[in-house]
Amino acid sequence: MTHTAPKPRSFQAIILALQNYWAGQGCAVLQPYDMEVGAGTFHPATTLRALGGQPWAAAYVQPSRRPTDGRYGENPNRLQHYYQYQVLIKPSPPNLQELYLGSLAAIGIDMEMHDIRFVEDDWESPTLGAWGLGWEVWCDGMEVSQFTYFQQVGGHDCHPVSGELTYGLERLAMYVLGVDHVMDMPFNDPDAPIALTYGDVFKQTEEEYARWNFDVADTEVLLRQFEEAEAHCREILDHPATDPKTGKRIVMAHPAYDQCIKASHMFNLLDARGVISVTERQAYIGRVRALAKRCADAFVETRAGGWSEEAA
Amino acid sequence: MPDLLIELFSEEIPARMQRRAAEDLQNLVTNGLVEAGLTYVSAAAFSTPRRLSLALEGMLAESPRQVEERKGPRADAPEKAIEGFLRGAGLTRDQLEERETPKGKVLFARIEKPGRPAAEIVAEVLEETVRNFPWPKSMRWGSGSLRWVRPLQSIIALISTEEGASVVPLEIDGIKAGDSTRGHRFMTPEEITVTGFDDYETKLKRAHVMLRAEEREETIWHDATNQAFANGLEVVEDRGLLAEVAGLVEWPVVLMGPIAEDFLGLPPEVLQTSMKEHQKFFSVRNPKTGRIERFVTVANRETRDEGATILAGNEKVLSARLADAKFFWENDLRAATSDAGMATWVKALEKVTFHNKLGTQAELIERMAVLSREIAPMVGADPDLAEQAARIAKADLSSEMVYEFPELQGLMGRYYAKAAGLPAEVAAAAEEHYAPLGPSDEVPTAPVSVAVALAEKIDKLTGFWAIDEKPTGSKDPFALRRAALGVIRILVENDIGLPLYRFVDAQLVRNKGQVNTDLQSALIEELIREIARHGVFGAAWRTIKERADHLLHPEAEEKLGKQVPDKSSNLLAFLHDRLKVYLRDQGIRHDIIDACIAMDGNDDLTLLVKRARALSETLSTDDGENLIQGFKRANNILSQAEEADGVEYSYGADVKFAETEEERTLFKALDAAEAVIAPAMERQDFTTAMSAMADLRGPIDAFFEAVKINADNATVRRNRLNLLSRIRAICSSVADLTRIEG
Repeated sequence: MTHTAPKPRSFQAIILALQNYWAGQGCAVLQPYDMEVGAGTFHPATTLRALGGQPWAAAYVQPSRRPTDGRYGENPNRLQHYYQYQVLIKPSPPNLQELYLGSLAAIGIDMEMHDIRFVEDDWESPTLGAWGLGWEVWCDGMEVSQFTYFQQVGGHDCHPVSGELTYGLERLAMYVLGVDHVMDMPFNDPDAPIALTYGDVFKQTEEEYARWNFDVADTEVLLRQFEEAEAHCREILDHPATDPKTGKRIVMAHPAYDQCIKASHMFNLLDARGVISVTERQAYIGRVRALAKRCADAFVETRAGGWSEEAA
Repeated sequence: MPDLLIELFSEEIPARMQRRAAEDLQNLVTNGLVEAGLTYVSAAAFSTPRRLSLALEGMLAESPRQVEERKGPRADAPEKAIEGFLRGAGLTRDQLEERETPKGKVLFARIEKPGRPAAEIVAEVLEETVRNFPWPKSMRWGSGSLRWVRPLQSIIALISTEEGASVVPLEIDGIKAGDSTRGHRFMTPEEITVTGFDDYETKLKRAHVMLRAEEREETIWHDATNQAFANGLEVVEDRGLLAEVAGLVEWPVVLMGPIAEDFLGLPPEVLQTSMKEHQKFFSVRNPKTGRIERFVTVANRETRDEGATILAGNEKVLSARLADAKFFWENDLRAATSDAGMATWVKALEKVTFHNKLGTQAELIERMAVLSREIAPMVGADPDLAEQAARIAKADLSSEMVYEFPELQGLMGRYYAKAAGLPAEVAAAAEEHYAPLGPSDEVPTAPVSVAVALAEKIDKLTGFWAIDEKPTGSKDPFALRRAALGVIRILVENDIGLPLYRFVDAQLVRNKGQVNTDLQSALIEELIREIARHGVFGAAWRTIKERADHLLHPEAEEKLGKQVPDKSSNLLAFLHDRLKVYLRDQGIRHDIIDACIAMDGNDDLTLLVKRARALSETLSTDDGENLIQGFKRANNILSQAEEADGVEYSYGADVKFAETEEERTLFKALDAAEAVIAPAMERQDFTTAMSAMADLRGPIDAFFEAVKINADNATVRRNRLNLLSRIRAICSSVADLTRIEG
């Protein structure tokens, strides 16, 4: 069994341990995507790279936003802005479960003392037109990760299949560090000259965003931006593959996908403002899914998505 | 004879699929083997979270040789035809046999198929099984194309005899069958090599894997109840949870922990549901107080601190969960006991869709309230209370607790209604109006609950009938069969005589009004008033036609006048069908029920069931059974004579034309029976009526024995036919006996 690392003492030590571990397993350690997303899966390094036949191995932290989960920083574990750690390996290696357990050992979870379980949990993202089978991973009854074998993304069958791991970093860290309220969690080394807690970093922003998300965000502006992003996404993809300036074949899958991400986030904000009814909800989700699907269609027409001159 | 061991070792299989998968593995493999001629003595299948296993004992070492005889063309057929036949049979001309047949000389081929070794057959069958396994959901992984429930990692396929064991040569998508597996993922992950099933099970046990799901279940239940008992407590039984938990572990270790004092004030059902749904914990109850005081969790391993760390972690997670539940409970109580009370929740249901054609939850509540009030006097409930109960019965759908735990609907309504100071009957109806939820669920007995429960179900049925969303085949998305069974059980088991047509008609009209907004509300109201007065739609409709013709537009004529009676009788037929299923389970034959459904008043299900039970009992006696024969004989003779003569023999049998003693006795017996049956039927005493009817058996039998109906004398013959018609009339007053089979 894998050697258990000494217990980390801060939030960032856990993140660093995961980065080192997955770097050691040969993953490209990427940086967060520079847009507002609801989950690490939205990063194009997952959504788009899960498509096509090219091998891929990436790990990264992704700041994620779920406006409806804001609690003004008062709830012990609900936040409108939080971090996910995301690993995507394609094709999924046969020992992915062992690799995953190794990552838990790397952040100080001793397999000899804890009860780790793989409990059925099928993953589906209606907005991305994606689904997969896998588990939620329990450590002593607490969900610490999602483990998914992607079967479809953007309506395309995944072949080969990617294995995706998602860690909810705050919850996992609170567990490892034995902290009851997220705001009390040491962010950096608690013995550092300037020791900071999670609350020192995020309590104020949680309050500010909760107020803005729930009561202040201008719904007319959000709605307009949703529609602009939607139109822009389609417009980008309507361009012919060949760039008239350079004469090169440049399918703009990523810029279009940025607009899809933007539309999705606008929808989340509108939802938090309570202006979307139950029936409208489905329609909005369908609109974002249609964009995601078109972006996926475009991505498989790019080199990274498996397109080649010879095959074409 | 050889034994066979198969293990399909994979990443964790969802608990809910394991049992079925083990059965499927056994069926697919054994069927495949037997089809190929490979029989066996016994088979057993097993499942754990990581493996499906199959053990066969006494399998044939090879399939028996088979000889097939094939008939070919005539010996003088064209060369081409004979060549084709030879190719198909794989033989040469001199190997064929010529035989004389009525059509001349015909060629016959004897094709011998040699036996095949077991390993070859097993390999084929197992590959076929793995590639076509009926998982409810399956997936691909890595770069492969094989589908399994989760990645398949290794296969054991081992045939063992006294001489030793040999691996079946088989490779599926790069996975080569072998003779080794792995033990417990964490406790004993090393590779294990096995020689046969006994060795496999023993070594797995040593490697901390209990192969048998029943053994894991027993261990869990035994240890849990023991630990609880040692503390003067008891585990709340939950078979479904036990099976699920046994499917999550290979090496069950039972740990019991406390529930923090803070949460002990929550309703026990809330504790239980929260613990079960989120954490898969068992609840541990104090039998003296009925309170849930501890939990039992089942870990998948032993640890050097005897589970202390695991238990502490679980306690922490539970506290966070229960803190949520407590937060909901306190918020809900605050809302329910505020000045506005549960009305705020009901108001919120104006925005919640029940069904896009049948309106919002609030509109549903309105319909339910009116119907509850109408039904109330028929079931001994106070109409005001019934209406009040119907109006708050679904209020808890707006509560935070039910939003979080939908399965607590109704129950929370009861707690909140009680907290809001509503009458106890009203609070009880909030919970009980959903009942019965299944064939074994208890039916409500309190009158107010009965009224609302009936109203809820009748409204649901008539609503979906109004929009033509009836169950078809296996599809019943709105659980209408369950609603129908609910109506039946509430009425029959409470012995409530309630003519349904009146309420079904009225509620159909209300639902039609809901669906077709173009129908005038004045017409709907008028119609419902008339239905209440007349008891059925037809008479009510005629009255309106005569008196308030101006209300009737062509649409109303079509959507109400035509459709309501059709839908109403169609719905009653559906209820009768469900009633047949319900009574069949109690041993009453469908033809007996048909014989009773054919009688008047069949919309009173309780009456119908009483009649059917009495008839069933009568028919189970010797007299009853023979009486049916007598009745049928009488009826047949009579029908034939009526057809031949073109008259109906229905009146005027006179004892003075009787020629034999048997005839006279039958006259007397019929007089006596009539004197008993008519008043008995009057007071719905079917048992007495039917036993009087069964008493006719002797006289009828004797009559047929002694008397020739078609006598030469026309008067005597007519008199005898008229006598038969009395038998028919008397018997038919009890049930339509022509529908009895046999």
